[in-house]
Amino acid sequence: MDDTRRSFLKFAGISALGLGSVSTLASLMPGSATASDESSAPHYKETKKALTAKRWGMVIDTRKLTPRLCEKMIEACHKAHNVPDHDNERHTVKWIWTDEFEHIFPMKQNEYLAERLKGLPIVSLCNQCNNPPCVQACPTKATFQREDGIVMMDFHRCIGCRFCMAACPYGSRSFNFRDPRPAIEEENDDFPTRMRGVVEKCNFCAERLAEGKMPACVEVSEGALVFGDLEDPNSEIRKVLRENYVIQRKQNLGTNPSVYYII
Amino acid sequence: MLERAFKGSKGYWVWLVALLAVIGVGFGFYLRQLTFGLGITGMSRDVSWGFYIAQFTFLVGVAASAVMLVIPYYLHDYKKFGRITVLGEFLAVASVIMCLLFIIVDLGQPMRLFNVLIHPTPNSMLFWDMIVLNGYLFLNILIGWNVLEAEKNSVPPPQWVKPLIYISIPWAISIHTVTAFLYCGLPGRGFWLTAILAPRFLASAFAAGPAFLILLAFIVRRFARYDAGRDQIQTMAKIVTYGAIANVFFFLCEVFVALYSQIPGHTAHLQYLFFGLHGHGVLVPWMWTSIFLMLAAIILLVIPSARRNEAVLGVACVAIFVGIWIDKGLGMISGGFIPNPLHHVKEYVPTIPEIAITVAVYAAGFLILTILYKVVVGVKQEVGE
Repeated sequence: MDDTRRSFLKFAGISALGLGSVSTLASLMPGSATASDESSAPHYKETKKALTAKRWGMVIDTRKLTPRLCEKMIEACHKAHNVPDHDNERHTVKWIWTDEFEHIFPMKQNEYLAERLKGLPIVSLCNQCNNPPCVQACPTKATFQREDGIVMMDFHRCIGCRFCMAACPYGSRSFNFRDPRPAIEEENDDFPTRMRGVVEKCNFCAERLAEGKMPACVEVSEGALVFGDLEDPNSEIRKVLRENYVIQRKQNLGTNPSVYYII
Repeated sequence: MLERAFKGSKGYWVWLVALLAVIGVGFGFYLRQLTFGLGITGMSRDVSWGFYIAQFTFLVGVAASAVMLVIPYYLHDYKKFGRITVLGEFLAVASVIMCLLFIIVDLGQPMRLFNVLIHPTPNSMLFWDMIVLNGYLFLNILIGWNVLEAEKNSVPPPQWVKPLIYISIPWAISIHTVTAFLYCGLPGRGFWLTAILAPRFLASAFAAGPAFLILLAFIVRRFARYDAGRDQIQTMAKIVTYGAIANVFFFLCEVFVALYSQIPGHTAHLQYLFFGLHGHGVLVPWMWTSIFLMLAAIILLVIPSARRNEAVLGVACVAIFVGIWIDKGLGMISGGFIPNPLHHVKEYVPTIPEIAITVAVYAAGFLILTILYKVVVGVKQEVGE
């Protein structure tokens, strides 16, 4: 990770030499050069209480999921992140939502699915892949991976080409097909609203982690979601992973999701 | 040389004004798209690329097909193609410009377009597509213009053009290869995840592009009284035949792999396109029309007496062009998105504004093509070819 950042900076430096005028232009553009170019500093300003990890991950315990609980998680997330609620289905923006087992795990369905799983809403969100196809596809590095594994968006750099949406095997990304602001019921001033024409998705609540808070969905999950450092053997999430058999979505694609499911 | 574009018959000017009117209408819709957002199109969270990107893909093929004239003329010394090679190169110029316009109208934040240059990202295929498309545009303008100018002055083209011509040959292959790589390198899209996508794109390009050029040759002969030549057209017809057969063969290879392996992620898309899936199938009649047109055209083209009849050849070329347009301009892109990664069927149908913008981009391409061809035909008639 560190290496790729550094080589990118080198590359940027070399191209700045060649494209003097372009790089001057870049430095004039607000947000474009500062947002994700900073090599090691996280996206959000770290405070002393900030929660940090080598690689953030999540375990979703489907045994504890209920429709009501899922609703609560969706509401908490979408409120915290100013996710618009459009009438037109085509314009839908969602960071976390529910679907049935056969859709969340299309390769794992079978005719004799356990009774308990039939019709059970299972939460779906960005898998924060350790090998993210969206980051590979993005032509501007507007989607990038932080050192703690979180795959983030720079809303100010995104050109809206939607290559990342084609690349994502989980349908976890949404595009602002129209101005989202009129469709936000109650605006949260602690998180930016977006403009039309950019892609967005779950960011594992990077902005809350920086303030020492757990992700919004985890906070209201009543223990159904376990969040923590996958690389810390003493973390709670590792304990849960040690004690339970878990699955990842579309594991065969090699994206290595950081979101695990206990079925 | 460009001054020849400013002198023309009444019909020429009426045609240009008509194209401008179409561009104007589309531009009006585009302004609406700029202010409202891409929500005025039929695209959605599930089918996130639609008509624009499909036309882009199709036209990259038309652009690449110029190489089918360049190779015989410059590598095999097939002198007869001297009459039409520039026509092929200028068709490539107009096509690449349309491709770039289609990319721009598809962007959610077009004013940030230059972020692709400011933050160069070699791991993104879109970065390479930008390089190969712009390079190809540049090469064809330089080559076409200089060769034509030399012809006008009855001198051989400047020496430095020769290496550019040789570079343009693999470069033409590269534009459609990289365009296929946009799709076939994505892990979760079974329809595109196939190594034969780039070869198939090229085969369909080498059928549709020259077929279109044959039709253009008929139009130029009728309206500008410049004859591309019977032999030239017949040679192109053979190129179309080989391209069309290779395209159908590659497609059948695709169908075999998907249907015999029966892997759902691969069969589902074909099933959606040709039979419908979960009660959805807007593209079914289109896809069968495409298959019928391509097969019918191949039958006409492989029969020598039919191919030599220019009326039949014209019909076959229209069939090839339309058949491949349906395949690449309608089915190829939305087919890859349906069903979506969570195996829901969310269909896509372009909206009126989206179609108006698309038609306007085509009109802009035809405007450029008309002007360039006007210059070519003017020069050719002057030197008495």
